[in-house]
Amino acid sequence: MSQEEHAGEPETGRNGDHVDRKRPPLAVVGSHRIDEEIFGPVFDKMIIARIWAFVRPYRAKVAISASALLIFTGTQLLIPLIIHYVIDHSKRGVDNSALLAASGAFLLAILVNFATGYIQEAVVGKAAENVLFDIRRAMFGHLQVVSLSFMDKIEVGRLMSRLQGDVNSIQEFLETSLFCIGDIALIFGVVVVMLWLDFSLGLLTLSVLPILLIIRITWLPRARQAFMAARETSSAANGALAEAIHGVRAVQSMDRQQVNLVLYDDKAHANLRTHLSADRYAQVMVPTVDGLTGLAMAFVIVVGGSMVMNGRIEAGVLVADLFYIQRFFDPIRSLTMHYSIMQRCMASGRRLIDVLDIEIDVRDKPDAQALSAEMDGAIEFKNVTFSYYPDLPVLKDVSFKVNPGETAALVGPTGSGKSSATALVHRFYDVQQGQVLVGGHDVRDLTQASLGRQIAMVLQEPFLFTGTVFENIRYGRRQATRQQVIEAAKAVGAHDFIMSLANGYETQLGERGGNLSIGQRQLLSFARALVADAKILVLDEATANVDSDTEMQIQKALTRLLKGRTGLVIAHRLATIRGADRIIVLRHGQVVETGNHAELIAMGGFYSSLYNLNYASFDDIPKEKLDAAASARFRS
Amino acid sequence: MRSDAVGTSSRNSPAHVAASGWGRSLLTLRRITVMHLRHPWQVAFAIGSTFLAVILQLLIPQLLGRAIDQTQTTLGGGGVTAAAEEALWISALLLLAVSALRGIFTMTQNYFAEALGHHVGYELRLACYDKIQRLSFSFHDQVHSGDLITIGMLDLEGVRMYFSTGLVRACLLTMLIGIGAYMLISTDAVLGVLALSFVPFVGWRSSVMQLRLRATWLDLQERLSVLSRVMEENLGGIRVVRAFAAQDDEMLKFDQASNTALILAHDRVATYASNTSAMSLSFFASLGLVLWVGGNKLIADDISIGTLTTFLTTMTTLQIPVRQIGLMANAFARASTCGSRLFGLLDQDITVRDAPEARPLEISDGALRFDNVSFAYRGLENRPVLRNISFEARRGETVAIVGPPGSGKSTIAHLVPRFYDVTDGTITLDGQDIRRVTLATLRKAVAVVQQDAFLFTTTIENNIAYGDPWAKAQRVERASESAQLHNYILGLPAGYKTVVGERGVSLSGGQRQRLAIARIMMLHPSVVIFDDSTAAIDAATEQRIRTAMRLFAKDRVTIVISHRLSSLMYADQILFVDNGEIIERGTHQELLAKRGRYKALHDLQMRPADGMAIKNGDGR
Repeated sequence: MSQEEHAGEPETGRNGDHVDRKRPPLAVVGSHRIDEEIFGPVFDKMIIARIWAFVRPYRAKVAISASALLIFTGTQLLIPLIIHYVIDHSKRGVDNSALLAASGAFLLAILVNFATGYIQEAVVGKAAENVLFDIRRAMFGHLQVVSLSFMDKIEVGRLMSRLQGDVNSIQEFLETSLFCIGDIALIFGVVVVMLWLDFSLGLLTLSVLPILLIIRITWLPRARQAFMAARETSSAANGALAEAIHGVRAVQSMDRQQVNLVLYDDKAHANLRTHLSADRYAQVMVPTVDGLTGLAMAFVIVVGGSMVMNGRIEAGVLVADLFYIQRFFDPIRSLTMHYSIMQRCMASGRRLIDVLDIEIDVRDKPDAQALSAEMDGAIEFKNVTFSYYPDLPVLKDVSFKVNPGETAALVGPTGSGKSSATALVHRFYDVQQGQVLVGGHDVRDLTQASLGRQIAMVLQEPFLFTGTVFENIRYGRRQATRQQVIEAAKAVGAHDFIMSLANGYETQLGERGGNLSIGQRQLLSFARALVADAKILVLDEATANVDSDTEMQIQKALTRLLKGRTGLVIAHRLATIRGADRIIVLRHGQVVETGNHAELIAMGGFYSSLYNLNYASFDDIPKEKLDAAASARFRS
Repeated sequence: MRSDAVGTSSRNSPAHVAASGWGRSLLTLRRITVMHLRHPWQVAFAIGSTFLAVILQLLIPQLLGRAIDQTQTTLGGGGVTAAAEEALWISALLLLAVSALRGIFTMTQNYFAEALGHHVGYELRLACYDKIQRLSFSFHDQVHSGDLITIGMLDLEGVRMYFSTGLVRACLLTMLIGIGAYMLISTDAVLGVLALSFVPFVGWRSSVMQLRLRATWLDLQERLSVLSRVMEENLGGIRVVRAFAAQDDEMLKFDQASNTALILAHDRVATYASNTSAMSLSFFASLGLVLWVGGNKLIADDISIGTLTTFLTTMTTLQIPVRQIGLMANAFARASTCGSRLFGLLDQDITVRDAPEARPLEISDGALRFDNVSFAYRGLENRPVLRNISFEARRGETVAIVGPPGSGKSTIAHLVPRFYDVTDGTITLDGQDIRRVTLATLRKAVAVVQQDAFLFTTTIENNIAYGDPWAKAQRVERASESAQLHNYILGLPAGYKTVVGERGVSLSGGQRQRLAIARIMMLHPSVVIFDDSTAAIDAATEQRIRTAMRLFAKDRVTIVISHRLSSLMYADQILFVDNGEIIERGTHQELLAKRGRYKALHDLQMRPADGMAIKNGDGR
């Protein structure tokens, strides 16, 4: 792609390089795109082998399809020969027995052609769809078990494009690969038959084939650049449009319509230009192919014609050759197209394999036990050291115990390791040193599924799924009855607002519960945890500001939720912290103090100095004051 | 505010009404055709080239037949004459010339048809973009952004393809079949009819196939979007999935969505395979009949070998275009549905716009006044959001608005820049009714900081300068310093050139709000409205921002909407709004003295710890 056609730079639009009056220096529309590279190797044995593993289950179908395709190609080659036979055996005055035989053969050929045509299309098409869905399922399934540290790092959008776009390009490859076999067989067949009909005439006619091949090969890289430029400007224009739609309120409130329209015009115009150029590249092949076809036909007429007149060959050979000429350019076109498809497939395959090969760090041991519902619900950290990256420990030698039925509050400034500690209870990650015990068992000796059943979790962001309110509340326990769901909703004070929704418990929630307020979502996530009815509750208190009424409701629900369970709460609100049986104060990944509120205040350490700063929440405390509090503690 | 409107309005906007009936389809197609006719030369070139290409294409079989016959003339007697050789040469050269010319005209036909489509597409793209940018908030509240994207991308494509795959192909097919039929039937009626016998069947199957493929494609897309939603939610909510050990259920959900999509995908393959092979069979059957009858005629010496060759090669010439009749039918169907949606958007009325005699806003004292303002969303007039709101704020003053969620406080913010028009009463700026001044000047004078600041996927610098893209770099930095964002930005890999937004570095809620504040510091508004725009910023940082902004606020009207009392207790006037009405007003001290709703809220927020502690098992 040439420089001035680059999509991301409106300044170099129609008006050249200079910055003009209509295009401000600090304005762009549409996003900076980072395109995933598609120029790469055309063939990579390893990738093919990995894809083949997915095709293997369907190899019988592929074989059937391939044989059908070969027979299909054979019948296509046969038909001109039958025409040749008919023409040469239907001379004036002869009887029509030969014609009858030929017609019988023709009938047979087209029936076989019909059957094999259907089989090869249908069987390979369905098998390719199956492979596509299988690959997607394998990836999705793998993502369910890979470690969360991978999921934390990657964007959902990027994964989605792999699960969709990349998988599709592999399907395209599989389908066209088989047709490729057909194309090669067809070219080969045409060459053989033409040479067999008459060697020198065939050779002469076929001499146009390499000409086309050479033209095609020199044309392809340029054309492909033009096609890619067109694709890129399209997505740039579409991206700008999408941005205008999503950001329309911001655009209007800052009155950017005029400037944006000018900038968008640049993109739309670049799109127009690159498409016209791509069309020129595409269309220039039409007269080339037609001209070469004409040339081949002219050869047949002049050379073949004089051979007929000399009686060296029959007229039927001529007719058959003319039929073959009309057939032999198509396969070359699709073969060269297949080159690009293959290249795209290799790039996609690479990315898919990257996902499939992500290592699973956290696995059940072969002899892992199920955590029984009868366990006492104690949580204990014994000298736990944990880090996401080797040199940056998040927790250092952390030890504490939460007795059955107790509520422990994890308190500390941002980055002190609170969330990591709760994640370890669930064995989202494995510790580097020490042990995390749940109900007296090392979590590594337990099955992850049973941990999930016995530990309910409430996240800071109440993530809800598309579906009804009812389905969302019983997410943690599918077999929960309607009665249980309603009771849970009542217990956390969500019942009333649920009943005020259009369809009560059957109301469909929008994407991520979009049609509910944040407080309502919070209450639903509480109800969800309550229905799960686990011995242990791990809760990350929300920090978002909600209005005071909702706040009160949430506090009440929290009390209800923690009743009779072991609770490990990342607490942000003083009310929650003060009510806890045990407060575990973390700083820089270490436990600095533990005790209940009264004890810690009496101790006069870090906690008490934070408390005395009188902020409504520990998260509001500015860093300077935190540092001051910490140093005060060490001085005392 | 957005949630207010989305929750209550139906999604029955005009953009969603599908085309109904033939009359409407024809009107849509006519309108698209007229759009193309505005480029008469390109239309003329495309159609003219098509005509020439068709004639030349049909000449080729004739020339082939003639050449074959020329080879037969000398068979009866004697050797090869020079004259016969020469005739062959002429035929061959003619063939070469006709083929090459046909190629050239096909090229110009395709090129002009495509180019015209692209030009019309370009015009429509701009029209769409312009319209979407100018349509009022009330429209955008009701129409899903995904639907607008579909209109602007896929529907536009459907309209764009109409000329090349629909109209030009229709001309081509009519001429090709018509002239071809005339040539064949005038040569030999029986053979001609047999040779064309595949045309109706193939045309019919092809149309049925394409229309069915399109219908199932739309179906499949819907099912695939369910599947992607399942995947997207799973991946986005992976912690919830793992926390509840719900992987098996999630796989089940995936399989259900996946299998229904797979069934449809198989269906499509079957539709395609059965129809294409049936089309081939019918073509070959016709060919077989021509061969049988033609062979018998050869034996009876009714026709020459050349004539038979002409018939057979004409058939192969016709085959591919006839098979594409379905594409043409599909192009018409697609253009009419896509077109009606697209025009539905383009014909949409813009409700908030300049009055005919609108004048530029003139700011002198910068006084904002609400006079008995009431507001209800259109179609929901019986459920007013605001009732009889009156207040006044002068330059340098701060008005704070507080109230429970859904009380209508954000709506007040949206009325000042005319995101919506009042239903009753008036809003004036320096005595000028805001409906009588131009929108552009009004919106320059009023800046709103939204709670959920929209970030554009571009550099931080461009985002801050969004309202003033001509600004110098120093001003951008100063604004971000005031918004307490500067130090954070300097810590980013590319500083102010770091790309943020959907496909860049993601900022936290608080950082986004600070960026939104920096954004309005770049402008010179007379009225600044903070619509709950510090909710995600911690109290300490907010305090610093307030200090930094003191100078900025000095000669402007400031309106603060919040439910955090610490953000608004310094205001000159506090309005407590409930149910769309102002129920208490005054300064912080006055309101506390009133011992009303404001006081209750204050007590709740200032002493959160007392009496609300978690009472656990032993109940201390």
